[in-house]
Amino acid sequence: MLALFRRELQIGVRTGNGALTGVLFFLAVVAVIPFGVGPDLNLLARLGPAILWIGALLAGLLGLERLFQADREDGSLDLMLLADSRHMMALTVFVKCCAHWTVNVLPLVVVTPLLGLFMNVEPAGILAATATLAVGTPAITFIGAVGAALAVALPRGGLLVSVLVLPLTIPVLIFGVAAARGAVADPDPFLPPFLILAALMLFFAVIGPLAASLALRWGGD
Amino acid sequence: MMRLAAEGLGGERGGETVFSGISFTLGEGEALTVTGPNGAGKSTLLRVICGLLPALEGKVQFFGGGEAFPDVASACHYLGHRNAMKAELGVEENLRFWQEFMGEAHLPPFEALEMVGLGDIGHLPFGYLSTGQRRRASIARLLVSYRPVWLLDEPTSGLDKASEAQFADLMGVHLEDGGMIVAATHLPLGLKGAQELRMGEAAG
Amino acid sequence: MGSGMTNATPQASTLSGRLTALANPTRFLALADTLVPWFGGLSLAVLAAGFYMAFSAPEDYQQGITVRIMYIHVPFAWLAMFCYSLMAISALGTLVWKHPLADVALKSAAPIGAAFTALALFTGSVWGKPMWGTWWVWDARLTSVFILFLMYLGIIALTRAMDDPGRSARAAAILTLVGFVNIPIIKFSVDWWNTLHQPASVFRLDGPTIHTSLLWPLLICALGFTLLFVTLHLMAMRADIWRRRVVAMRRLSARAAERAAR
Repeated sequence: MLALFRRELQIGVRTGNGALTGVLFFLAVVAVIPFGVGPDLNLLARLGPAILWIGALLAGLLGLERLFQADREDGSLDLMLLADSRHMMALTVFVKCCAHWTVNVLPLVVVTPLLGLFMNVEPAGILAATATLAVGTPAITFIGAVGAALAVALPRGGLLVSVLVLPLTIPVLIFGVAAARGAVADPDPFLPPFLILAALMLFFAVIGPLAASLALRWGGD
Repeated sequence: MMRLAAEGLGGERGGETVFSGISFTLGEGEALTVTGPNGAGKSTLLRVICGLLPALEGKVQFFGGGEAFPDVASACHYLGHRNAMKAELGVEENLRFWQEFMGEAHLPPFEALEMVGLGDIGHLPFGYLSTGQRRRASIARLLVSYRPVWLLDEPTSGLDKASEAQFADLMGVHLEDGGMIVAATHLPLGLKGAQELRMGEAAG
Repeated sequence: MGSGMTNATPQASTLSGRLTALANPTRFLALADTLVPWFGGLSLAVLAAGFYMAFSAPEDYQQGITVRIMYIHVPFAWLAMFCYSLMAISALGTLVWKHPLADVALKSAAPIGAAFTALALFTGSVWGKPMWGTWWVWDARLTSVFILFLMYLGIIALTRAMDDPGRSARAAAILTLVGFVNIPIIKFSVDWWNTLHQPASVFRLDGPTIHTSLLWPLLICALGFTLLFVTLHLMAMRADIWRRRVVAMRRLSARAAERAAR
């Protein structure tokens, strides 16, 4: 399993494409918002955590459709399915998700503080937004894996994956933004939504790989 | 004594039955070649045998595998049309990954590459190899981990005469060691004493 | 893995035998042919009675005539959820019991469910306009139903995107189940996000708070629409089975032509 994680990281780092595209997309989404709502710094500070979350959510979905497609195209997926009795397929999917998150989504979390400065979010808010993204984005990857597994055989499944996955990520978005805002807006609490967010992430860490492995097994051709 | 047995297998592709009622038994050191025209269901049969596709009817069983190979899938090497190698990684890196992932280490990757005549280019990224070299590299995959059953789907496609002979030798060694081979093929593989299963006659 | 299905010999006397007999699409077609007119007629009759009662029921002293929208809005909303639950059960039927009719049921229920959900949203919005003064508010229940609508559309998009019926059925089944597991979470999070709407008034543990003169027509209407849903679903399943047969026959004739040409 460690070998799989290492391999996925190596591939991700050597192509290097996904991470860069994701970060650029994140940057672009966040950068166009002020043009849409106007450069009012107070307004931006209020919207800041939400904008960061929506940007990260969309950027996190980017490239998800390749999660299993590349392995299916070169035949690796068959061998992973055959190894089911040695490494449970759900675990294989889980490891692949972790590697995908490390390569493609972790960079988004890393650049969040910088983008938070653009949005005039105060330091506590930036810290909270980064922390919620670090905890919440794995949930998006795990639930996205289901979409990626379902659309694995479709040539242009990318859009479909986003359409399938977005409604399911709404709870993550709600609690992520609520916690991030709770850190700066005084009456709102930070900890309860943050803990719910963590619980959601753990829940999806189980449900997502399980459903995705079922989809891959039964979606064989 | 290990044994692979199929009973009345039927398979489908795209909701259509492509074959049915296929039975065979392979003991240690025995091989089966599956021949027939395109679309006769050779590839489908191999995928049904290892469980990548559900059997429409009948069943496949593997006996005598002990703890290491409790079921058919765990006892099979599957070499499909696709090589299951990453273009970004080196040939040897690819093999080392599959060895760690599949377990039951057999030959070290560099030795397996020697066996298929790729000993000196193990450091190259897989993407730079020619078609024949890629095929040989993925044949080396069969050697890095041990599996009693080799399921080979057109294993010699893209190989030249010399490599074909080399591959025939490798298969011979595997059979002598008590392995089993099921190979779907157009071309004669040089397997002596193999059972033959001709598919597609009934449908054609 | 590797072990195929064993074909149990159908015995009409046992329960499983009877289920197997019903699983046979031909039997199902015959059954659907007899049931559809009956269910259709019954649903029309019940709906007529329900509408008559709805229009003779007293108006709400606060909401006036607009309260009558409730008699269609609530059944639509109920069916939106009922249909999804039905699809989730069908999904289990596909994945666990590999029932041949289950994927037909799932696939043909999705557009009907989406239509009822859209109607529920539309009538809710029409009802809400005089009450809220705007066509759409982001309140908890409307938002949840809207997300449900998106999930229906996702399932339809997925089934449309795949041409192999078996694979699309399994994919849709997994998506439906994942969605089903998520519905309580979505509901909870949306409630948490915004609690603004009037609290649920019909289905409560301490009994309905709605007056009986309004409740009866509502229940009759709900029954009528449910019957209508069953009729539509049977018809859609029948059409889907016929469609599959046409596809199979076209394949066969293509094969036959190929063989004749040889």
